[in-house]
Amino acid sequence: MIPYSFDYKVADSLEEAFSLLSEAGENGALLAGGHTLIPAMKLRLSEPDTVIDISKISDLNQITKDGDILVVGALTNHATVARSGDVMTYCRSLGEAAGVIGDPQVRNKGTIGGNIAHADPASDYPGVLLSLNATVVAKSDSGSRSIAIDDFFTALFETALTEGEIITEIQIPVLGEGTGSAYIKFPNPASRYAVVGVGVVITLTDGKCTACRIGITGAADHAFRASVTEEVLLGSDLSTDDIEAACQHAAEGQELLSDLAASANYRVHLCSVMVKRAINIAVERAIG
Amino acid sequence: MKHSISMTVNGKEYSGEVEPRVLLVHFIRDHLGLTGTHIGCDTTQCGACTILMDGAAIKSCTVFAVQAEGAQITTIEGMASNGELHPLQEGFHEEHGLQCGFCTPGMIMTSVELLNQNPNPTEAEIRHGLEGNYCRCTGYHNIVKAVQYAASKQA
Ligand SMILES: Cc1cc2nc3c(=O)[nH]c(=O)nc-3n(C[C@H](O)[C@H](O)[C@H](O)COP(=O)(O)OP(=O)(O)OC[C@H]3O[C@@H](n4cnc5c(N)ncnc54)[C@H](O)[C@@H]3O)c2cc1C
Ligand code: FES
Ligand code: FES
Repeated sequence: MIPYSFDYKVADSLEEAFSLLSEAGENGALLAGGHTLIPAMKLRLSEPDTVIDISKISDLNQITKDGDILVVGALTNHATVARSGDVMTYCRSLGEAAGVIGDPQVRNKGTIGGNIAHADPASDYPGVLLSLNATVVAKSDSGSRSIAIDDFFTALFETALTEGEIITEIQIPVLGEGTGSAYIKFPNPASRYAVVGVGVVITLTDGKCTACRIGITGAADHAFRASVTEEVLLGSDLSTDDIEAACQHAAEGQELLSDLAASANYRVHLCSVMVKRAINIAVERAIG
Repeated sequence: MKHSISMTVNGKEYSGEVEPRVLLVHFIRDHLGLTGTHIGCDTTQCGACTILMDGAAIKSCTVFAVQAEGAQITTIEGMASNGELHPLQEGFHEEHGLQCGFCTPGMIMTSVELLNQNPNPTEAEIRHGLEGNYCRCTGYHNIVKAVQYAASKQA
């Protein structure tokens, strides 16, 4: 189908993007990979007057390491993240999540910044980034700010971004010794989005769990941390029984979605099963 | 407002004037007359419209033509050279990888990048690599064989 008409502007720099955004006002939309915006425009669910193409701002599509932080530019596409040696070495689960988004053609276009800005409840990155304790850097013409990932996803399709802000990079702490990470998902058989997706980062010291973060996406209206499971695991030996017991709390305190793909009750079950599987993989990797 | 654009398609320079809302697939089919690239859905799922843009397989129904300004595009029409089929085209022919043929151009264009990234893929890797391409006829089995045929021919 054909979208409504609109004006198309290319921003060659962030500064240009800010001024185009403020010129366009409320009915301006940023175009990064376009793999959320364009499908919505084709179905006429979205009808911006001005589309501002930021995909050509070249310094936003790089992956670099800055000390103990891996910096992923907002315009980096999913295929690049999935194939990056640095991602594999320093934050393995991030690459794992990128590699199961959609299909190869979608991964060649969709970007990490667009993915989290859109905050689809079934997107993969929100779950894995929660587990990796990422920080989102957003800029506007009035400056730059860092948003902890725990504060970023606020509701269905809603984030902590304010009007005029553009995500420039996502910072991820490099995983240290004795730490393992994993991301797995139960995909919707038709769309490949996550019915439930789980990211786990776990640290073992002398056989005990000394740090743990678990992010779940797809299950609720926005991604959340399995906080009770994390607490139960902390200090445990991570025996099969410990893990089994902890997983029962995976969706505790959350109101889960119910749709064609899965009822809320089934999602509760999926959360505990997927969390268990992801923990087991992460623990294996932590041991090395 | 119309924009002037130019791009290289199958090695030839093309230019045109388009409204921003013209999708790349419509530009290729309707403006350039290259109708081998198909449209099978409205939801970016079927992959029939897959082409190579600067070497990467993408769904041309989900890119505006104006975004392809200056790009290098390859469509199915650019695969054969001097009357010789590309090994992937030959593979689909030899292994009976198509029935109605509607999905075939997209399957082939996705497979080009698949084999560039991984010249010797396993069956599972081929199936995973073609997740973004739907076929309503073949049951995929012979499509996988066609890609394997091309992989061994190119080895
Ligand atoms: C067939 C299909 C299957 C998919 N399957 C999955 C899947 O399994 N898992 C998954 O996670 N995703 C999936 N996606 C979504 C895909 O990952 C999208 O590409 C992604 O969610 C959006 O990124 P984009 O760069 O394409 O954003 P765009 O479509 O360009 O933009 C989306 C929105 O984000 C805003 N935006 C973009 N960049 C920025 C920025 N830097 N700062 C602030 N705002 C910004 C834009 O204004 C726009 O409103 C799928 C998409 C398709 C079409
Ligand atoms: S026409 Fe179906 S994905 Fe492009
Ligand atoms: S051969 Fe008919 S859709 Fe694939």
